[in-house]
Amino acid sequence: MIAIVDYRAGNLASVKKALERVGAQPVVTDDPEVVAQAEKLVLPGVGHFQATSTLGDSGLREAMAQSIQRGVPFLGICVGMQWMLAASEEAPGVAGLGLWPEQCVHFPAGVKSPHVGWNQLEMGNGKSRLLAGVDTGAFVYFTHSYRVPLLDGTVAQTEYGGKFSAAVERDNVFGVQFHPEKSGATGLQLLKNFCQLSF
Amino acid sequence: MTVKLKTMLTKRIIACLDVDGGRVVKGTQFLNLRDAGDPAELAAAHSAAGADEVVLLDITATHEKRGTLLDTVRRTARELFIPFTVGGGIRELQDAAAIFDAGADKVSMNSAAIVNPALITAIAQRFGSQAAIVAIDAKRVNGHFEAFVHGGRKPTGKDAVLWAKEAEERGAGEILLTSMDRDGTGIGFDCELTQAVSAAVNIPVIASGGAGGAQHFVEVFREGQADAALAASIFHFGLSSFSDLKQQLLSANIPMRWPC
Repeated sequence: MIAIVDYRAGNLASVKKALERVGAQPVVTDDPEVVAQAEKLVLPGVGHFQATSTLGDSGLREAMAQSIQRGVPFLGICVGMQWMLAASEEAPGVAGLGLWPEQCVHFPAGVKSPHVGWNQLEMGNGKSRLLAGVDTGAFVYFTHSYRVPLLDGTVAQTEYGGKFSAAVERDNVFGVQFHPEKSGATGLQLLKNFCQLSF
Repeated sequence: MTVKLKTMLTKRIIACLDVDGGRVVKGTQFLNLRDAGDPAELAAAHSAAGADEVVLLDITATHEKRGTLLDTVRRTARELFIPFTVGGGIRELQDAAAIFDAGADKVSMNSAAIVNPALITAIAQRFGSQAAIVAIDAKRVNGHFEAFVHGGRKPTGKDAVLWAKEAEERGAGEILLTSMDRDGTGIGFDCELTQAVSAAVNIPVIASGGAGGAQHFVEVFREGQADAALAASIFHFGLSSFSDLKQQLLSANIPMRWPC
């Protein structure tokens, strides 16, 4: 069972619909016990990094952290990906999961922020399981004001006021800054890859 | 030899469906509506043909017919995996919540945002700024651009450029800017209006009203500094295709998502 973790930050209908489209039967839940039993976890996110602070209060953070440690595949989308880092300039003092020690930063002055629209992926040299079948130059849909810098786990990068991480990956954890549920065939391919992962 | 790929944020071409009572229609300067079909079918066809985004504007005037909107949104969203915006008749947070629940990604507010600007902030706080679009219908009046409401029938006394700035401050994530002078004419976007708003705000501006051919899109992306452009009738009636349009824009060095 794939659990879509609901922490009352925006609209999960699109993510659910896209996962169903690629053959999954996702469950939207805010229950830490359901999260603990899930075979795969998706943490969507739109809006403000501050909203992730409710994950800590509700027990969802602990449930996800334990599942990740057990090797459960985890996919963070947009703010869900940003939360995988230690922190974000958007909400100083709110702790992310800290899978990478870096923090999310604002776009530099000189480019419009948020970064909204279709931009392209440049694949890194390492192999990505999440992005199997997706090539450099593929278009995906972004909408965000803060970004994840290039990390040792960056598997695809995008250019907008400098390069940033479009996708990160390490063992069983995956993150995408763009919205696969809104990125046409490319996005559906990626979600299908995630659904078919086995460890 | 390695090919150096130049990547950048592309300009968006947005297909707009004006819907009345669950059917797509398109007017000329807000009049003379013509039936152009089923919204769910048209949206899926536009997406397959290369539209970067779909906007559905409910222009239903009567309350009775409004009830069909959520069903239309649900049916349209089902087959759409690109961004999907719904506007028309959103007066309070609950209206927006129901539209998101039916599968929309963004809502577009117009009259209600002018009457009650706090609505912008309420939607942005609950669903994120990326989901809160403020639509502005602007018309040239006495040497400036004035915002109009109620389908373009009622002047507000507000300057469209200043209103766009205020909307941004209140939490809007994008501005959908329609030139009432150009809407439905096919003689080109109002680049002066678009440029004035684009320079005044730091959020994306979607230009609307007047598209008649590829050159108009080139102009509004260059001179108008639009981030996206919206068009309805030229696509519905087969006057142009996304493929033709995007290839012509690419030849003019406008970054486009193509092929897609």
